[in-house]
Amino acid sequence: MFKIIAAVIRRDLKLAMRRQADIVSAVFFFIIVVSLFPLGIGPEPDLLRKLAPGVLWVAALLATMLSLPRLFADDHRDGTLEQLALAPHPLGLVVTGKVIAHWLVSGLPLALIAPVLGLQFDLSAEALVVLTGAILLGTPALSGIGAIGAALTLGLRGGGVLLSLLVLPLYIPVLIFGAGAVDATVSGLGGEGHLSLLAALTFASLGFAPWASAAALKIALE
Amino acid sequence: MLEADNLECVRGERRLFAGLGFRLEAGELLYLQGKNGAGKTSLLRMLIGLLPPEAGEIRWKGQTIKSDEFRADLCYLGHLNAIKEELTPLENLLAAARLADEDLSEDDAIDALEQVGLAGREDLACKYLSQGQKRRVALARLVKEKRPLWILDEPFVALDVAAVEWLAGIISCHLQRGGLAVMTTHQLVDIPAGTVRELRLS
Amino acid sequence: MKDRFNLYRFASPATFYPLAGAMIPYFVAVSAVFGLAGLYLGMLVAPTDFQQGEGYRIIFIHVPASWMSMFIYLVMAGWAAIGLAFNTRLSGMMAQALAPTGALMAFLSLWTGALWGKPMWGAWWVWDARLTSELILLFLYIGYMALTAAIDDQRRADKAGGLLLLVGVVNVPIIYFSVKWWNTLHQGSSVNLTKSSMAETMLWGMLLMAMCFWMYSIAVALMRVRTIMLERERHTDWVKAELAGDQQ
Repeated sequence: MFKIIAAVIRRDLKLAMRRQADIVSAVFFFIIVVSLFPLGIGPEPDLLRKLAPGVLWVAALLATMLSLPRLFADDHRDGTLEQLALAPHPLGLVVTGKVIAHWLVSGLPLALIAPVLGLQFDLSAEALVVLTGAILLGTPALSGIGAIGAALTLGLRGGGVLLSLLVLPLYIPVLIFGAGAVDATVSGLGGEGHLSLLAALTFASLGFAPWASAAALKIALE
Repeated sequence: MLEADNLECVRGERRLFAGLGFRLEAGELLYLQGKNGAGKTSLLRMLIGLLPPEAGEIRWKGQTIKSDEFRADLCYLGHLNAIKEELTPLENLLAAARLADEDLSEDDAIDALEQVGLAGREDLACKYLSQGQKRRVALARLVKEKRPLWILDEPFVALDVAAVEWLAGIISCHLQRGGLAVMTTHQLVDIPAGTVRELRLS
Repeated sequence: MKDRFNLYRFASPATFYPLAGAMIPYFVAVSAVFGLAGLYLGMLVAPTDFQQGEGYRIIFIHVPASWMSMFIYLVMAGWAAIGLAFNTRLSGMMAQALAPTGALMAFLSLWTGALWGKPMWGAWWVWDARLTSELILLFLYIGYMALTAAIDDQRRADKAGGLLLLVGVVNVPIIYFSVKWWNTLHQGSSVNLTKSSMAETMLWGMLLMAMCFWMYSIAVALMRVRTIMLERERHTDWVKAELAGDQQ
């Protein structure tokens, strides 16, 4: 079982390494969006510090949304998705591999850059640690849930916007607990509760989402 | 070994065919023919298990085709080449074999690429190859292919005379080894050896 | 075996079309009766609220609309499950027929919530748990309608929409719980539209209005599903006969 997941991850990572521009542009999108907020709201430090968790999380959601269409669309276009569906393994395992690979090239870079951006908002060191941990913990769920949307909208016109419309409402719990963890830390209440709920969401979505995505892919491949 | 029973196909809101059935044994080749839009590709997609038929059943070795075991015996080549442009021909072949749980050594892969005339280009990313060369990378899969059931959608399209002969030889060897093949094609190619059946969709 | 055969017979659009047509007037009539009774109780009989005056009466629309928006989503998910399990055509059509009405209920709930909120709290919108969840439910409806509209192949649209509904229905409790958590943590204003001890007439009024909306939804969904059937099955003989008959 793990062999096929590892094979898929290896393949997807190799492909991502040859198309580094995609990863880098997603990270820069994240940075730009985060920088837009102070420009729109004003540079007052207290206000920015309060808004930081929400702003960083919303930007992370949007950056993930941008990279989701790539998850299946490229493979669909050149026929390799069909071959993956014809592999002698459950499609759910193949999707699990793709989701993990997607997280490694989209969620993980965001988590690494987030603390640097958090400094722009004057977050405390403790808050930065919790922020990074929360984004690390929550972005796999974003990749998983996003995979369902990407599979449902495979090959459709207006793909990207439609995908956002479907997936963003489902992202709301991750947003609430992810930003809430940092808020709770800042206000001294401790973010453990939020983080454990976030972990639960991630595990649940990684268990459930690949199978829902596989079902959606089969519908799209008919 | 491959049986189709009473198959019905509805695409969009039109019924393409109904009551379709056939039986294919080891060493046999099935030619699917019919005008464009008659349902050849739909039938192929039913046989590979990606399109559920509106009615009817398909069995492989007496068992359902909705299983990992069936897909382990199946090799499908469609219109699209199913190769990643960023990878080299060698990497493509090795990755495809790995995903299909097949053992393909690097030497065998290089040999296969040599046979399709891509010697010396194994390490060039596929995006730098011509269309014809990309198609040959896709066909190279068949050279070392050990799986018994081949389902090929218009494999001869855009091949020159020598390539057509070569591919016919590959398919013929496969049939001689006891394999089965289902093919759609607009051009009837003479495949030496093996019983040839024809199914015409109208 | 015999029972199952009968059920499948009703699942055929050709059989269901005239049946639906016959049922519609009854549902409309029952809906009107419930509506009149509910409005009578709500507008005239129920006592004036001690704190909120006459304006509170909008809850007789707001609460039933909220209930219906949630209920319709569950029914749609039920049809989705049946459609995916048994591959019946009618299930997908029913889900698509219900969607606009469900979205309307959600929208109505939000709008009446705002109309209620303005005189009471001075704001057109408050981010309380219920209203925010209702807003998210509206997004889920719109997402479903957008997805099914974007797919040309109706069978694929039914299946993809169905899968989306099942994913949504699993997520709705999670979303509601997380929004509630978010709201209590941030100590937002709590728009308490239903008081803990309600006068009995108020409860009856809301129940009657809920029944009214329910019957109305069924009637409208049946009308819509007939149109969908005509559109999708336009190549079949029974539809051609139906349309020819209408033109005579």
